[in-house]
Amino acid sequence: MGEAIVITSGKGGVGKTTTSANLGTALALQEKKVCLVDTDIGLRNLDVVMGLENRIIYDLVDVVEGRCKIHQALVKDKRFNDLLYLLPAAQTTDKSAVHPEQMKKLVDELKQDFDYILIDSPAGIEQGYKNAVAGADKAIVVTTPERSAVRDADRVIGLLEKEEGVEPPKLIVNRIRNHMMKEGDMLDVDEVATHLSIELIGIVADDDEVIKSSHQGHPIAHNPNSKVSIAYRNIARRILGESVPLQHLEDPKDGFLTKLKKFFGARSS
Amino acid sequence: MDNRGELRAMRTKQNVVIKGTKDGLTLHLNDRCSFDELLVELAEKMDVVGGQEHGSAIKVTVQAGNRYLLEEDIEVIKNLISQRRHLIVVGVKSNVMTMEEAVRWKEAGEIVSYTGRIRSGQVLEVPGDLLLIGDVNPGGTVKAGRNIFIVGLLKGIAHAGCYGDEQAVIAAGRMMPSQLRIAHYLNRAPDRYEEEESYEAECAYIDASNQIVIDRLQVLQHLRPDISTFKGGNYSG
Repeated sequence: MGEAIVITSGKGGVGKTTTSANLGTALALQEKKVCLVDTDIGLRNLDVVMGLENRIIYDLVDVVEGRCKIHQALVKDKRFNDLLYLLPAAQTTDKSAVHPEQMKKLVDELKQDFDYILIDSPAGIEQGYKNAVAGADKAIVVTTPERSAVRDADRVIGLLEKEEGVEPPKLIVNRIRNHMMKEGDMLDVDEVATHLSIELIGIVADDDEVIKSSHQGHPIAHNPNSKVSIAYRNIARRILGESVPLQHLEDPKDGFLTKLKKFFGARSS
Repeated sequence: MDNRGELRAMRTKQNVVIKGTKDGLTLHLNDRCSFDELLVELAEKMDVVGGQEHGSAIKVTVQAGNRYLLEEDIEVIKNLISQRRHLIVVGVKSNVMTMEEAVRWKEAGEIVSYTGRIRSGQVLEVPGDLLLIGDVNPGGTVKAGRNIFIVGLLKGIAHAGCYGDEQAVIAAGRMMPSQLRIAHYLNRAPDRYEEEESYEAECAYIDASNQIVIDRLQVLQHLRPDISTFKGGNYSG
C-alpha cells in the first residue's frame, strides 16, 4: 500500500509542476514505484515538463468517467524500467468534470500498485485544489521567498490543517536567490519557515538549468551533477525517511573564491 | 374565606405605583395583573402626571418587576409615557430575561481561549473576551465582542469590541498588526515596520480623542480597571 502526497501552493507559478516532476523522478531513481497524477484539468502541463506529451492516449477524466481502465491511461516514463508513470489531466474539459470522491477512489486504487502517488495540484483553493487534496495522505506546500507566495501558502496550510486524513503539511522553499536573500531583498528561508511554522523538507535554488530542463522535457533530477538536482534528490530521500542536512546555498565556486579573498585579506564586494 | 380577602386586596392594590426620586420618577408596575389592565392604569396615571405644570422635563424609569416584557411591550409602554408632555423614558427594567438572552449574556462575559496559529484567510470570532495562545499571521483575523489578549505575535487584523464596545482593548505579546479595529474605529499599521521594533508586550485602546493608540501594557490597569476580575483578598507575598 503506497502513500499519496499532494503538492500544492495556493499561488500559481511557484513551481508545483516542476517540483512534482523532479520529486517523481528522484523517487524513481531511488527504485520506488511512482505515479504522478496531474489534477490541473483544463491546463495540464506536467506531461510537457516530463516530456511525455506525445504518448497520452487517455486521461484522468476518461478514467473517472469509465471510458478506460486506469492502466490504459497511465503513461510510462521510458527512462525508467517500469518505475515512473504519469496519469495526465484532461485538456478538453474543466475542473468541475471531477469530484473529490471520485479522486479519492482513483488515488486509493493507485495506492495498491505504487509506492508513491504524487498529486500535482492546480493553483488556487477551489474545485481543482479540493480534488487534488481529496485522496492525499500527506501534503507538500511549495512556496518561493516572496511575500505574496508565502501569504498564499499560509492560507493553504490553514486549509490543509483542517483536512481530515492529511498529515501536517511540509514545506519546500523554491527558487531561492541567495544574493537577494543576503541583501534582504527577499525573505530568507528561516523567516519563511518561522512564519509558516511547518516542517521544512527542502530548499531549492533558482537556476536557469531548471527552466532549460523543463523546456527539453527532461527533469533536472536526472542530472547527477546539478545542485538543484541534488536538492530534489535530497527531498526524495527525506520523503523516504532519511535525515539529510539542508544544502548550503552558496555556490561552491563562489564559496571558494570568497575564502581565497578572505585568505588574502581582501574584502569581498 | 381568606382567599376572598386577598382578592379584594389585589383589586384595590394599585397596578402602577409612582415614586419620586432625585433622578425623576420611578414607576413600579405590578407584575401579577394582566398587561392590558396595567396599560389602562398606566395611561390614567400618566394623564394625571402629565397634566400638572412642570418647569422642565422629567426623567421616568420603569421597573416592571418579575414581568417579562417583549420588545413590542416595551415600545408600547415607552410610547404611552412619552406621549405626555415633559415625560422622558430613560429606561425600562425587568428582573426577568429569556434563556436566549441569558446565554448571550453569559457568553459575552466569558473569556474564550484558543491555542494555535490564525493563518491567512482564517477568522476567529468570540462573543466575549478572547485569549489567543499563538500568533495571528498576516491576512488572519481575530474578533471579539470585548477584549482581545494575544500571547504571541499579532501580524494580522484584530477587532476588539466588534459589536460596538468602545472600552474594549487589544493586547499582544508582540504588536505588528496590519490593522487594529476597536468598535467602529480603525487604525492602519505603518507601511513598514522597523526591524528591531516592538519587542515588548503592548496594548491598544481608544483614547480621549477617539484615536486608537498603542501603549505599554502597564497603562491598562489604570485605564481599564474593569479588566481585572480577580476578586480575592490580597496578593500573597
